[in-house]
Amino acid sequence: MRKSWWKILCVILLVYAIAGGLLVKIPNAPLLEETSRNLFYHVGMWAAMFVLFTCSLVHSIRYLSKSNLKNDIAASQYASMGIVFGLLGYITGAVWASYTWADPNNPGFSFSTIAREPKLIGTAIALLIYFAYFILRSSIQDMDQKARITAVYNIFAFAMLFPTIMIVPRLLPSLHPGQEGNPALNFKDVSPEMRMIEYPAFIGWALLAVWITTLKIRINYIKEKHFIK
Amino acid sequence: MKPIITLFKKELLLEIRQQYSFYGILLYMGATIFVLFLAIEEPEKEIWNGLFWVIQLFICINAVAKSFMQESRARMLYFYTISSPTHFIVAKLLFNCLLMLVMTAISLGLFLAFIGNPIEKLLPFTGLALLGGFSLSMVFTFLAAIAAKARQNAAIMAVLGFPLIVPQLMLLMKLSNTAFTVNQSFQWSDILLLVTLDLLVALLSIILFPFLWKD
Repeated sequence: MRKSWWKILCVILLVYAIAGGLLVKIPNAPLLEETSRNLFYHVGMWAAMFVLFTCSLVHSIRYLSKSNLKNDIAASQYASMGIVFGLLGYITGAVWASYTWADPNNPGFSFSTIAREPKLIGTAIALLIYFAYFILRSSIQDMDQKARITAVYNIFAFAMLFPTIMIVPRLLPSLHPGQEGNPALNFKDVSPEMRMIEYPAFIGWALLAVWITTLKIRINYIKEKHFIK
Repeated sequence: MKPIITLFKKELLLEIRQQYSFYGILLYMGATIFVLFLAIEEPEKEIWNGLFWVIQLFICINAVAKSFMQESRARMLYFYTISSPTHFIVAKLLFNCLLMLVMTAISLGLFLAFIGNPIEKLLPFTGLALLGGFSLSMVFTFLAAIAAKARQNAAIMAVLGFPLIVPQLMLLMKLSNTAFTVNQSFQWSDILLLVTLDLLVALLSIILFPFLWKD
C-alpha cells in the first residue's frame, strides 16, 4: 500500500481530469470553442513524453556511472514509451490544429501546412532522435557495448534537444500559444477553472506513463534475468 | 597542451601522406556542385542558400566520417595506452574543424563560380559559412566517434546526426538569408546562440568521449 500510493493518485487524477475536462465551463474563445477541452489531453501527452525522456536520461547517466544493465533496460524502455506518447501528442496536435487553425475545406490545405508548425517540428525532431537511438541499439551486438554507446548517444541527444525546442519556435512563425500574434490562443487566456484541471491532468498523464513503463521494465527484467544481477 | 599539439600534428601528417582521402572529398564536392550546375541555372536567393547549406552538410559527413573509421582496432588500442581520451578528442575536433573550414572555403568558391552570385554582402556571408562549417564539424566529429564504436558505416552517422543538426542548420539559413539583401542586418544574438551551441557540443564531447573510449 505504501508503494502504490502514486498509482492510486494517478487514477484519481485521471478520473478527475477526464470528468472535469468534459464538464468544466470553457471560455467561449472564437475559433476554438469547445475544442479547447483538448488542452487537458493533448498537452498532457507532451508532459508525459518529457517526463519519460528525462527518466531515460537519468537512467543512462546512472548506467555510465555504475555499469548496471538494469539501468540500460530502464533507459531503453522509458525511451520507447516516450516515443509512443510523442506520437500520440503529435497526432492529437495535428488533428486539433487541422480543425482550428487550418481550414480543411480550403483547397490549399495539406498535411505539410500543419507539419510546418514549429511545435510539431520540435516533436518530430525529438521522435527522430529517439528512433535513431533504437536503430543504434539494434546495430550493436555486444550487450555491454550496446548499453554504453547508446547511453552516450542518449545523453548527447538529450542535451541537444533542449536548445532545439527553444530555438526552432523563434525561427518560424507560429499560431501556437506562447507566441504573440494570436489573441484567440494564448496561455494567459486559460481561465482559472481550466487551470484547476490542466495541471492535475498533466501530473496524472505523467504518472500513468511512468506506471506503464515500470510494468514494461519489470517484464524485461524477467526476460533478461540471466544477464542482470 | 603538448599532447594535443602532437596528436594534431599526427593527424595533419597522415592527411598529407595519404592525400587520396583529401582529394576524394574535393572530388565529391566538385562533382556534386557540377551536377547542381547542370540541373539548375541561376536559382533564386533562398534556393541558393538552402542548396549551399545542404551541400555543406553532405560534405561534412563525408569529410568527418573517416576520421575515426580509418583508425584500426589495433591502432586505437595503441593510442589508448599512450594518450588520454580528452587530448585525443580535442585533437580530433581541432583537426576536423580545420579540414571543414578549408572545405567550406573551397565549396563557397565553387558555388560562386558555377551556381552564380546572388550574395549582396559577401564578407559577412563568408564569415557565416565558416562558422557554419565549424559547427557542423563539431557535431559530426562526436557522432563519427559513436558510429565508429558501433562499427557502422557513414549511413548511421547521418541517421544519428540529421535530427541533431536541424536547429543549427535552420539558424544558419535564417542568418545567412540576411546576406542576400542590402538593408537587413545580422542579429548578433543568433550568432551568439550558435557559438554557445558549439561550446556545448565541445563540452559534451570532452565529458562523454572517455566513456566511448574504454572497451
